Amino acid sequence: MAGKTLFDKIWESHVVREEPDGTTLLYIDRQLVHEVTSPQAFEGLKLAGRLPRRPATILAVPDHNVPTTDRKFGIADPISAKQIQTLEENCREFGITLFGMNDVRQGIVHVIGPEQGFTLPGTTIVCGDSHTSTHGAFGALAFGIGTSEVEHVLATQCLIQRRPKTMEIRVDGRLSPHCSAKDVVLAIIGKIGTAGGIGYVIEYTGSAIRALSMEGRMTLCNMSIEAGARAGLVAPDDKTIAHIKGRPLAPAGPMFDEAVRAWQQLKTETTANYDATITLRAEEIAPQVSWGTSPGMVTGVDQRVPDPRAMSDDKSRQAAERALEYMGLTPNTPITDIRIDKVFIGSCTNSRIEDLRLAAGMAKGKHVAKGVHALVVPGSGLVKQQAEQEGLDRVFKEAGFEWREAGCSMCLAMNADVLQPGERCASTSNRNFEGRQGAGGRTHLVSPAMAVAAAVEGHFVDIRKWN
Amino acid sequence: MHAFTTLTGLVAVLNRVNVDTDQIIPKQFLKTIKRTGLRDGLFFDWRKKKDGSPDPEFFLNQPRYHGATILLSRDNFGCGSSREHAPWALLDQGYRCIIAPSFADIFYNNCFQNGILPAVLKAEEVQALMQAVFKTPGYELTVDLANQTVETPSGTSYRFDIDPFRKHCLYHGLDSIGLTLQHEAAITEYEARRENEAPWLFADRRS
Repeated sequence: MAGKTLFDKIWESHVVREEPDGTTLLYIDRQLVHEVTSPQAFEGLKLAGRLPRRPATILAVPDHNVPTTDRKFGIADPISAKQIQTLEENCREFGITLFGMNDVRQGIVHVIGPEQGFTLPGTTIVCGDSHTSTHGAFGALAFGIGTSEVEHVLATQCLIQRRPKTMEIRVDGRLSPHCSAKDVVLAIIGKIGTAGGIGYVIEYTGSAIRALSMEGRMTLCNMSIEAGARAGLVAPDDKTIAHIKGRPLAPAGPMFDEAVRAWQQLKTETTANYDATITLRAEEIAPQVSWGTSPGMVTGVDQRVPDPRAMSDDKSRQAAERALEYMGLTPNTPITDIRIDKVFIGSCTNSRIEDLRLAAGMAKGKHVAKGVHALVVPGSGLVKQQAEQEGLDRVFKEAGFEWREAGCSMCLAMNADVLQPGERCASTSNRNFEGRQGAGGRTHLVSPAMAVAAAVEGHFVDIRKWN
Repeated sequence: MHAFTTLTGLVAVLNRVNVDTDQIIPKQFLKTIKRTGLRDGLFFDWRKKKDGSPDPEFFLNQPRYHGATILLSRDNFGCGSSREHAPWALLDQGYRCIIAPSFADIFYNNCFQNGILPAVLKAEEVQALMQAVFKTPGYELTVDLANQTVETPSGTSYRFDIDPFRKHCLYHGLDSIGLTLQHEAAITEYEARRENEAPWLFADRRS
């Protein structure tokens, strides 16, 4: 008999009941809540006269709408302010823990879950946010849901699901210097496409994945959704356990030891089968830059903007033509000739302390190019505090970067951090959709290292050759 | 939730792949705390030209598609953000059925929560339907959930797959939370069993 995958083990330990047709009532251990996708869920709960089943399993934080400038004066936009106030009221009414806007623990929901030890291996975690896949880095089955399902989990601690298929993405070998988890995941999406993962949960395996830090694994799992996958997973190991130990919401003492024994069983057995397997060699991955309006429209920095005329498939050609027109790019332009106006370092993909250390290390002693506006937005108040203790804020400021308060910021530009029409941005975020960072704005997805180099030079550079 | 049984309606076409939820309803419309009134935000950027005037080419601005209830589009429809505002906005505009060769997972789920049928047809079938719509003003389709078919005016019938449980809920307009709450005893039993296996996940039940 075939053995079990990591996914099988997590799934099977959360089945409340399964119907003959495969419809499964799946238990949800943890829910993260933010201000944008929760008001209608709480409203639904109230209209039906229902209460959250286990309020202590929920952690709430405002992140999408919060200003990243001085918060002393609150939020200028009254509609944003109202949404955040609604979250505060709902949490108060239903006894849910909330890290408010002026709490140092406030930050992007997918940064604070791991930071607090709320994210644990072997758990099921949901949030009304597609980048919930981030938490899969800890060997948790974590996925985004809509507002109706947010309400469903609040009321029942369960979701009605069908078992997804499993895909192994194996990356063996050593990444070249200056290549990071961001380049790995962009290369994966470039290979399998933005719909390649639909219906699957991806497990990332191989020596290059094992070698990644926890922060790197979070970056990787974060963008699983951009490949269309329901979730991404990395099996927990000693790094995972060391990362969790001592965090405020993690188990402690003998309970921690007991949990660790269970977490050590969370790996795919050698006799297990996946429904699909994709392999990549780490050495072959160059620093990536997206050129279009979908994360799959990506290439190595040493390449050129593709020529749609060379594409045989009609739909791909039309999509590429439209993307290049929106992006204001000419086919066959070397990627390194693309000049940028703005740089955004932040988002749930790349705003953790490791990202900021790496970016500051590269920015040290250099300066942002004339005419370029560069922004660093830490993922949480605690990341910001840690970075300031290490002096990273000074490095950034001396290099001409703006140093901001924590939040989602220009990843989706729901607050005041917005691209103007036609502006071109090197961004460490996760989506390059039309208008994502502001109507008419042009986004190129890159790693933090690539973003710093682009800020300094004013155009993309191959950081493998940069000093 | 609205039940969905059969629908005969005018068909609109959005001939693009990877239509993402940021396009369906841009971020500035997500600040609402309501589910209704989102039609003004539907494809807010795509419905305009660069100078801000309405783009007459865009399907929402074409008189021939006014009153459409069925939307025909391409692969990976609804990708990106989990925002349920996307199906809310489509519903607010009158769409009850989206037909495409594939849908992004979260959007697909969200449709069922709102009485919208996302029907998956083969790429070549979608292609044939698009050609027919382009050629025929006033083109209508009949979508029959019980029989899982999309029928053309000329009598061609295309079959789509749908998970039986979802079909049942959509067909009867059932409240899925109510259904889950019928299994209250099973949930309680699961919690007791699981607490034994993984007590660190149940600290709230011991205090």
